[in-house]
Amino acid sequence: MSESTFEPKIVGFLCNWCSYRAADLAGSARIKYAPNVRIIRVMCSGRVDPSFVLKALSMGADGVMIAGCHPGECHYVDQNYKTMRRYHMLKATLEAMGIEPDRVQLVWASAAEGELLASSINKLVEDVRKLGPLNWPGNWEEDGERLKALEDIAKEHEEAMEVQP
Amino acid sequence: MAEKVGIYVCHCGSNIAQTVDCEEVARWAGANIKDVAVARDYKFMCSSLGQQMIEEDIKKEGLTRVVVAACSPHLHEKTFRRACENAGLNPYLLQMTNIREHVSWVTVEKDAGTAKAKALISASAERVKLQKPLEPMYVDVNPATLVVGGGIAGLQAALELADAGYKVYLVEREPSIGGHMAQFDKTFPTLDCSACILTPKMSEAGQHENITLLTYSELEEVSGSVGNFKVKIRKKARYVDEEACTGCGICMEKCPRKVVDTEFEAGLGYRKAIYSPFPQAVPRIPVLDTESCIYFTRGKCQVCSKVCPTDAIRYEQEDEILEVEVGNIIMATGWKLFDCNSIPQYGYGRLANVYTNMEFERLCNAAGPTNGKIVLRDGKTEPKSVAIIHCVGSRDTKYNAHCSSVCCMAALKFGHLVLEKTDAEVYSFYIDMRTNQKQYEEFYQRLLEEGMHFVRGKVAEVTDAARLPSEQGKLIVQAEDTLLGKQKRYPVDMVILMGALEPQADAKEVGLKCGISCSMAGWYTERHPKLDPVATMTDGIFVAGVCQGPKDIPASVAQGAAAAARVQGMITKGRVMIEPIVASIDEEACSGCRICNNMCPFNAIEYDEQKQVSRVITALCKGCGTCVAACPAEAISGAHFNNNQIFAEIEGALWDAISGGGSGNGQSGVEPSPEPEPEEEPTPA
Repeated sequence: MSESTFEPKIVGFLCNWCSYRAADLAGSARIKYAPNVRIIRVMCSGRVDPSFVLKALSMGADGVMIAGCHPGECHYVDQNYKTMRRYHMLKATLEAMGIEPDRVQLVWASAAEGELLASSINKLVEDVRKLGPLNWPGNWEEDGERLKALEDIAKEHEEAMEVQP
Repeated sequence: MAEKVGIYVCHCGSNIAQTVDCEEVARWAGANIKDVAVARDYKFMCSSLGQQMIEEDIKKEGLTRVVVAACSPHLHEKTFRRACENAGLNPYLLQMTNIREHVSWVTVEKDAGTAKAKALISASAERVKLQKPLEPMYVDVNPATLVVGGGIAGLQAALELADAGYKVYLVEREPSIGGHMAQFDKTFPTLDCSACILTPKMSEAGQHENITLLTYSELEEVSGSVGNFKVKIRKKARYVDEEACTGCGICMEKCPRKVVDTEFEAGLGYRKAIYSPFPQAVPRIPVLDTESCIYFTRGKCQVCSKVCPTDAIRYEQEDEILEVEVGNIIMATGWKLFDCNSIPQYGYGRLANVYTNMEFERLCNAAGPTNGKIVLRDGKTEPKSVAIIHCVGSRDTKYNAHCSSVCCMAALKFGHLVLEKTDAEVYSFYIDMRTNQKQYEEFYQRLLEEGMHFVRGKVAEVTDAARLPSEQGKLIVQAEDTLLGKQKRYPVDMVILMGALEPQADAKEVGLKCGISCSMAGWYTERHPKLDPVATMTDGIFVAGVCQGPKDIPASVAQGAAAAARVQGMITKGRVMIEPIVASIDEEACSGCRICNNMCPFNAIEYDEQKQVSRVITALCKGCGTCVAACPAEAISGAHFNNNQIFAEIEGALWDAISGGGSGNGQSGVEPSPEPEPEEEPTPA
């Protein structure tokens, strides 16, 4: 597919209190933004298990947005700090897996910041568009050899770890 | 058994239909999403006819799950939950898809809107199948209420509740209730005497049988949740026995130690080491300031003890921690004045005759240090000219971006008082005049007629460096008159800085104690900026007055009364519903690692030493799900947001990616996909 027609598919995890309401506000204010983000509501950005992000990417998402209340403004006191910590760990893991860091972005948007959320979505979509499709599930299907190679690595590792009698 | 899902797509008149092809979306959902028994579109789903449609389908078609694709769940989730309940379906088997705020209103192309709506509906449909029936929980509401802050907002709230017959604990940090309003001379725009309208309320609160006044006390700790809060209050040592003291005031009269009163008199007047901030203070019981007391600093004196006719002085008194149980809390903690020292070019603290607004309030107050005479710092000279500088620390990105909302009117009030009491010329340096409440604009017109001068421009500098003989001995206000487009110098005798209203220095800390959040600026965040300006995100905690944002006295009173009305509603109802969206721990799966124990800011997870497992205290759990995400053994499950439900939602949202649908958002959803059901992919983790 050519670069110009690539429309990234992005999953957004938005917290119920700030960022989901920011998205509601963007709607009420009729702020137009890219239609690529499919929003999933969670009660708190702290609910976002890193496996949600991996799941989304493995299911064919080209990018993921996590959005929560500003640090210090969390509805659940300070849970978004935990989100922040997890996010940085997740980024390191993703990087090790060869996924460009810009594909997963963390955004703080208060319930009054519809415009900020809309512009963050536009930025994310543009960043991912530049990176091109991730095609993670496709990569697995097409490349049986790679899967085998991965299995071999695990096997080799197992052997190497075996304790010699 | 397969679920029977009903999908309802709302047109919302043309609000949704303009950028989403609702008929096509409904048709597509019926044909392509597995287990869909009914898929309909309708003009207004929230209308009674729309709700009836759902109810009938549940009864006739035997629907077991419902998806309503319409507006935000924050608007109509309750409506549709009720519809489900009416038809005998558990309300938590409903899922709303937000295709208005998140799709039609933010999307330009209809194709893209339609495709996005399909993806979101697919996500909801996949999720709803895994949703479980939940039963809401109810707790009884303790009819007592805690009001934090005894300013006008807190007073109003306390009196409303007490008059309605409910117990109120009113906590105030200062020795007396009254707040900032007690310091004012007149109130705009009516020029009512502030004390005349406030003190009756103060004494009413002081004598009310339903109000327990806890002055000179601070919030120490809040635990529990809506309906049943346990609050610890630190009652600071007054060094006076409140039972024995009659408030006669002899101790204050005889105390040999005189100190500058930086609080009530804003540094313009004096008080004794044992003092009551002002004559009408409620309660009348004085407070001993140990930092300036001669006995406490040098070990000798005890005059107050000797003169006290009831032997009420207690030098050995210590802080006390009181515990009260309440059902609701109203926060009315007020504001503090911007530190005018932080704008050095305005000369406050360096040039004697530069005053802050609070200083001027005391200066023109008949009960103030000069008995209401407007004079310079020398205590005798009447100013010939006065400059009032607006927006000092407000509407300035260097300090506070917000408008303090009351200063324009307060400046007009000051202008009027100066013109009334002296022969001085008054210059007001403003950015914009904001006089947008009842009778405010009329007051502005009155001041224009009274001859107050208005200069539109921000002041660059206040200096005493004279350039002309006429500027000798004066303060020179250098400002650009933006209406004339000219820089000008105004020599005056007195400058009043209209300092900004700022959040209390410890607003965040206090907010944290009861689990409510602040905006970036430090004002408490209301539940909804328009539709719910008194509740907070934490059930059972309400806000009133300036702690929620700058406002004037009428607005503070209105908000205080509104908060009280909300609390009364809770008390009258007697019990409160708690969303059953809480975490639970599978004891079989829990390894007892205790990672979750530190995750919870509400202390809702306890550790069972005997069984070596963690357990969620349901009444304390607020349902954020952070512990669910943290559990390495997946032993914690978050009701209504469990892993399987969210995984299904992700799969549904990406139906077109999974089934190899087109990559273009515009085209992807238009062609019906033969296999919308996602294949199960292993999660790499």
